[in-house]
Amino acid sequence: MSEVLAVSISRGKGERYDEFRVERRESQTVLDVVTEIQREKDETLAYRFACRVGMCGSCAMTVNGRPRWTCRTRVSQAVDAAGRLTLEPLRNLLVIKDLAVDMTPFFDKWRDAKGYFEPGERPPDDFVKVPPSSPQRKAADEGIECINCGICYAACDVVAWREDYLGPAALNRAWTLVNDARDRGQEARLAAVTLETGCQACHTHMSCTDLCPKALEPTYAIAGLKRLALKRALSGKSNAVKP
Amino acid sequence: MSGRLFLAQRATAAILAFAVAAHLAMIILAERSGLTAGAVLARTHRNAWLLAFYALFVAAASIHAPIGLRNILLEWAGWRGRPLDLAVAGFGLVLLALGLRAAFAVYAA
Amino acid sequence: MIVSRHLRRGFAAALLHRLSGIALAIFLPLHFVALGTALKGADGLEGFLALTRNPLVKTAEWGLVTALALHLALGLRLMAIELLAWRERSAAVVPGAIAAAVAVGLLFLLNAS
Repeated sequence: MSEVLAVSISRGKGERYDEFRVERRESQTVLDVVTEIQREKDETLAYRFACRVGMCGSCAMTVNGRPRWTCRTRVSQAVDAAGRLTLEPLRNLLVIKDLAVDMTPFFDKWRDAKGYFEPGERPPDDFVKVPPSSPQRKAADEGIECINCGICYAACDVVAWREDYLGPAALNRAWTLVNDARDRGQEARLAAVTLETGCQACHTHMSCTDLCPKALEPTYAIAGLKRLALKRALSGKSNAVKP
Repeated sequence: MSGRLFLAQRATAAILAFAVAAHLAMIILAERSGLTAGAVLARTHRNAWLLAFYALFVAAASIHAPIGLRNILLEWAGWRGRPLDLAVAGFGLVLLALGLRAAFAVYAA
Repeated sequence: MIVSRHLRRGFAAALLHRLSGIALAIFLPLHFVALGTALKGADGLEGFLALTRNPLVKTAEWGLVTALALHLALGLRLMAIELLAWRERSAAVVPGAIAAAVAVGLLFLLNAS
């Protein structure tokens, strides 16, 4: 193992890359590296992290071309053939500074896809029975562990090609709620996710599924939404094409 | 695409799956017996079944292709709105017209 | 595009599906026009078919048959994922679909006069 790690970091709004050299240590994570750089070499470097143990998703950024959690990425895994590390902010989101991006559109789309529980006007007369082994509950359970880190959104080429696409995280969340027997907002949610900017725009590149650090599979959640979209169109309910 | 366009694309895809498989088989079989115009037209001449098949094939393709192209123009060329819809609809009509003409041509010749 | 040591299978499949679709969309009108020459009788079509004996044209034809088979094969995979809730667990599916399409193209080429 070479003793020095060459690190290239995108600065400002991406107008330049700064070069750093960091001592290589065993079991070093990329978060260790960027933290060391910020604390000891350049205190003006902006980046995010919180839990540093793979639970919060705050540290997501682009490492050698792939969006990853820096706290869960070993340098030994991530270095390129030349032994270099290149750090950039997450793709598809506006850069605030250096490695920190504005997550607002990501959360807005979560809301726009109706990715929140809708209890309805009045409480139901009785509890809704939700057998854990029912197909709907299983489908929901497959996707509810999403912590909205934004990696799938950054990975998605369709988001890159059309910025109005709701994206894998929002649609995955919507799918978990579509399968929630207690939810009373299904009609509005289906209308939201079957707009032109919804599930139809997914082209099954599967970058989201490949890269999700929680091993979720948004591709198949979106496929489920597509099936519902087809049923909905067959039954005559359809949204007009957005201008 | 709206829900209806999405449905149209997937439904025509299902139809085309069968039509294309049959067509590929026909092409390769036709090749084996030598692809002269006479040979081709002998098979299609006054063949009502083939005419119906080709007409369905053409109709499905005339719906399927423009919707696919619409996605491409939107995502890769940045087209939007009316100009995009009109352009792909126009292409679909061209395909339909030329295709039905071709289907009739090999039927009537 | 996500940089990767391996071209991502899903992206490769989607790209090939799209490119083959574009090729077919360009070819189809020409194909219809060619067949339409049959309206001039067998001689019209024969005249056009004579042009197609040219090796360059034969290569283009092979490319288009392969494109059609490829678009079909990858389309079937997509339909399975979307409509049949199929989960792609094997790394061999996309290469397999591409191989099947290439095989169909070769079958065409081998039988070409």
